[in-house]
Amino acid sequence: MANRITIEVARYHPAHDEKPGFDTYEVPLRKEWVVLDALNYIKDHLDGTLSFRWSCRMGVCGSCGMTVNGVPKLTCATFLSDYAPGPVRVEPLKNFPVLRDLVVDTSDFLVKLGKSKPWIIRKVEKPLDEEYLQTPEELDAYKQYSMCINCMLCYAACPVYGLDPLFSGPAAIALAQRYNLDSRDQGANQRLDILSQHDGIWGCTFVGECTQVCPKNVDPAGAIQQYKLTATTEWLKALVLPRGGT
Amino acid sequence: MIFRSDPACLDTGFSGVYHRRSALMLDISSHDIVLIGGGGAGLRAAIAISETAPNLSVAVVSKVYPMRSHTVAAEGGAAGVHLAEDSLDEHAYDTISGGDWLCDQDAVEAFVKEAPLELMRLEHWGCPWSRDPNGRIAVRPFGGMKKTRTWFAADKTGFHMLHTLFQTSLKYDAVTRYDEYFATRLLVDDGRVQGVVALELTTGKIQAITAKAVILCTGGCGRVFRFTTNAAIKTGDGMALAYRAGAPLKDMEFVQYHPTGLPFTGILITEAARAEGGHLLNKDGYRYLQDYNLGTPEPQPVLRSMELGPRDRLSQAFVHEQEKGRTVEGPYGPVVNLDLRHLGAKTINEKLPFVRELCLKYEHIDPISQMIPVRPVVHYMMGGVHTDLNGATPMKGLYAAGETACVSINGANRLGSNSLPELLVFGARAGSAAAAYAAEQKPPGRHLLAQALDEEARLQDQFLRKTGGREPIADLREEMQKIMENCAGIYRSGDSLSGAAGKLQELQDRFRDIRLDDRGHVFNTELISALELSCMLDVAETIAECAMRRTESRGAHQRTDYPARDDEKFLAHSLTYRGADGRPRVEYAPVTITRWPPAERVYGR
Amino acid sequence: MINPTEYVPKSYHARVSTYWWLTRWVYLKFILREVSSVFVAWFVVVTLLQIRAVTSGPADYGEFQRWLRSPLLLTLNAVSFFFVVFHAVTWFNLSAKAMVVRVGGKRLPGIAIAAPNYAAWAVASGAVAWILLRG
Repeated sequence: MANRITIEVARYHPAHDEKPGFDTYEVPLRKEWVVLDALNYIKDHLDGTLSFRWSCRMGVCGSCGMTVNGVPKLTCATFLSDYAPGPVRVEPLKNFPVLRDLVVDTSDFLVKLGKSKPWIIRKVEKPLDEEYLQTPEELDAYKQYSMCINCMLCYAACPVYGLDPLFSGPAAIALAQRYNLDSRDQGANQRLDILSQHDGIWGCTFVGECTQVCPKNVDPAGAIQQYKLTATTEWLKALVLPRGGT
Repeated sequence: MIFRSDPACLDTGFSGVYHRRSALMLDISSHDIVLIGGGGAGLRAAIAISETAPNLSVAVVSKVYPMRSHTVAAEGGAAGVHLAEDSLDEHAYDTISGGDWLCDQDAVEAFVKEAPLELMRLEHWGCPWSRDPNGRIAVRPFGGMKKTRTWFAADKTGFHMLHTLFQTSLKYDAVTRYDEYFATRLLVDDGRVQGVVALELTTGKIQAITAKAVILCTGGCGRVFRFTTNAAIKTGDGMALAYRAGAPLKDMEFVQYHPTGLPFTGILITEAARAEGGHLLNKDGYRYLQDYNLGTPEPQPVLRSMELGPRDRLSQAFVHEQEKGRTVEGPYGPVVNLDLRHLGAKTINEKLPFVRELCLKYEHIDPISQMIPVRPVVHYMMGGVHTDLNGATPMKGLYAAGETACVSINGANRLGSNSLPELLVFGARAGSAAAAYAAEQKPPGRHLLAQALDEEARLQDQFLRKTGGREPIADLREEMQKIMENCAGIYRSGDSLSGAAGKLQELQDRFRDIRLDDRGHVFNTELISALELSCMLDVAETIAECAMRRTESRGAHQRTDYPARDDEKFLAHSLTYRGADGRPRVEYAPVTITRWPPAERVYGR
Repeated sequence: MINPTEYVPKSYHARVSTYWWLTRWVYLKFILREVSSVFVAWFVVVTLLQIRAVTSGPADYGEFQRWLRSPLLLTLNAVSFFFVVFHAVTWFNLSAKAMVVRVGGKRLPGIAIAAPNYAAWAVASGAVAWILLRG
C-alpha cells in the first residue's frame, strides 16, 4: 500500500465564494484510518480553516455524514484504504444547502422530524409503577425503525427530496412508522393525517436508495411502502365504513 | 419545542440586536431557565421543567444538535431495582462500596429510590427496552452489582434513551432550542448566575441569553486524555464555565478507566459483553483477574466477581499484568483479549449486536469466532461541578446534572450502568429545583448587557482579531493529553503529578500565543477548537492539582507513593476553586455517611 | 487565512441537474424501471391490436402477423421484452420491501415474499407455453 493518498475536499465560504471549489491535500494512508481521520489530519496539520462536523467516531452520533466519491457515507465508518490509490473526493451531503465547506444546513430535516409527531401518543397514561407489557415480537415489529441515528444520508441519496424539498423524506416517515408500530402507541391516526398528504408518503417514488445508503439498516424505503399500504387500507375502510368503524 | 429561527419565540420584553464595531452582532434573548447541553440530563431537565412549571420558558443551548450528544454512545444499560429479590438497600450498598465510600449516602439513597421510576417513565415515553418472553422489561447483570438490575436496550441503551428523550421533548412548546450555540461564559451579577453568553456556530453571532437560573448539563471531559472512549465534544466546557464563574469542582482527581476499549480508536466494548459471560484473558489464555483478589473463575458469570468486578479494579489489574509481561503486544501497545466465542452467535447477535458491528467494522474481527483485543481507556469523570441533592451548586441560580456534575453518587469509582439513571434522576431533580427557584426570582438586571459586551470583546481580541500567534491548537492539545495520560493515568505518583501541574501551567501560558488561521464567522470550527482547548486546560489543571493533594489511594485514584486508603485524612470530597491567580485552590468537605460506615471493598467472596 | 466578514447567514444551494439520473448507476436503474412501464403499456397495445385482428378475420390477422415480422417491430418488441422482464424482476424484488409478513412473530425474509411471485410467474409462463406449443 502506498503510504500517502490524495484527498480532494470541497471548500466553500459564503463570504467570498460564489460556489464551492476543491482543495487538494495529501495525507498519510494508514490501514486503520477512516476518511474522518484524514479530515482531522488536514485540520490539525495542514489547514485549520477546513470546517466539518464530527463527534463520536463510532457511527452512532450521526454528525459526520458527507459525500465520499459521490456516495453518501458516514466518514467515521468509511476506510481510506478502500479508496486506495485515490484520489478520494469529499463533498458535503447532497440535497442540503451548504453553510460552509462540508457543513450543511440541517434545519429543514429537524423541522420534518418533529412534524410527524415522533412520541408516544396515548388516550390514558398508566401510573409510573406499571409498565406496558411488550413481547419481544412486538418490540421486533418496530425495532428496526428505531435504529435511525438522524445522519441524513437517506435525504442526500433521495432524488425526490433533491427535486422537491417539501417532501417529508425517508427518515421522518420511518420515524413515524416506528411509533405507529409500537404496541404502546395510539397515535397512528394523527400521524396518518399528516403523512398521507401530498408531501408525505405519496411523494416517494420508491427509488430505494435511502435504504441502500442507510448505515444502520433502518430500511426507510420499506417503511414508506408499508405506510402506503396502510394508508390505502385506511382509505378503503373509510370508504366502506364512512362512520369510522375502526 | 420551538426552533430559535422562529421569530415568535423571541421574548419581546428584553431582546434586541445590538450592532457593535463593524463585524459582530450581539443578540439578546431572555428565558426563565437556560439549560446548557442537550444530552440526556439536559433533555430530562427540560421536560421536567415543562411538566412541573409549564408557564416557564426554557432554553436548551447546545453546541451540537441534541441527538448528537454523547449520551448516544452509552451501550450497556441503566441500573434500577426491578426484580422482587432485589432491594434499594442492596443497590445503594453496591454503589457506595463500588465508590470506595466516597459517595454521599443521602444522595445515593435518593438515587436508588428514584432510578426505577425514572427508567419506567422512559418506558412510558417509548424507550425500546429489551424484554423477557412475557413482555416484562428484562434486566442483565453488570459490574460491581450484587443483583441483576441493569435495564437495557440491546447494547445501544444510551442511544435509545437519548432519542426517546429528544423525540419526547419535541412535543413541549415552552422549550426553545439554541442548536449549535457554544456557551462561552456565565453571566453573574449580584452573586447570582443570570444567563449565558453563547456563540452561534452558523453565523458567528454572539447571543446573550439571560435567565433566572442556569443548568449545566454539558457532560464530561474525557478529551483531556489522549486515549478515551469519549466523543470529540466532551471537552469539559460546563465544568470550566462553572469553575471560571467561581463555583467549585468536586472530586476531580477521580477519572474512570473502562477496562475494555478497542486499541487505536478507543471505541468502547461494553461491560455488557462481560455481563453476558465474556472472559478477560492474558496472553497465556489465563483469566488473570483471579490473581487480583476478584474471585475464582467459574464458567458462568458470577455477580460482583471476576469479570463482573468494578472498573477501577479491572483496569488496575491490567497494569499489573502488563508489568508482569503477560499482556499481548499489539500494534498500538499492550492489550488483553476479551473472549466472547463461547457465548455463541445467538447471544452475541441478540444481546450484543453493536459490539459485533463495531468489531467487524473497526477491527475486522468477528467476536463469534475471534477474540477482541482490549485495553483500559479513559471513560468517565466521577468528579464535576459540586452540587447538592437537587443539582444546586453553591452559586445561586446555577445548577448542574449528569456527568458534568458531582452530586456525588459515584464517589471514587462509578459502577457501570449507574450513569444513565443518574442523568435521569438528577436531570429531573435539577430541572424541578431550578423551576422552583426561578419562580421566585425577579427578571435579570439590564446591566448584564455590559458583561455580554465584555465577553464579545474578549472573543474578538483573544481570537478573531488576534494576529501573529505561533502555537498550533493541535500541538497544545496533544501535549496536554500526553501529560495527563503519563501523569494522571491509572497509577499516579506525587512526583509525576507535580511535574504535570508545572507543565500544564506552561501550556496555559503558551495558549495565549495560540495560532489561528480562520477569521471567518460562519461555522468557524477552529475558533471552537480553541475555546474547547482553553476549557480542557483549566479542567486538566484541576485534575492534576487534586490528584497531587490526595495522598492516599481510593477507587480510581491510585497513588504508587501512597498505596493505602486513608479515611482519617481523606474520607472527604476535594473542592477545587479557581484562585485569584487563576490557579486551582483545593479545599475539602466531609462525606455524608448515613447507614454504611466505611469498610473494606470485597469482591469475589 | 480567511478574513473577518460581515454577519452572513448565506448558504449555497446546488441546483439539481436535469441529468441527475445519469450521475449514479442506481439512479439510472431507477429511471429505467420507471421507463419500463412504457413498454409494458406497449405490450398491452399490441395485445389489443392482436385481439382486434383476430376478431376481424384471417386476412386481417395475416396482415397483423406480417406487420409483427417487420424488422422495426421485431427490434421494438425485443427491447420491450427486455424491459418487461426488468419491470417484473424489479417489482417482484420490491414487493418484499413493501410487505411485512410475520409468521410466529418473526418477519419472513424477503426471499420468502419474492419467491411466490416468481413461482406464479413461472407457472403462468409455463401454461402459456403449453397452450402455444402443444400443437
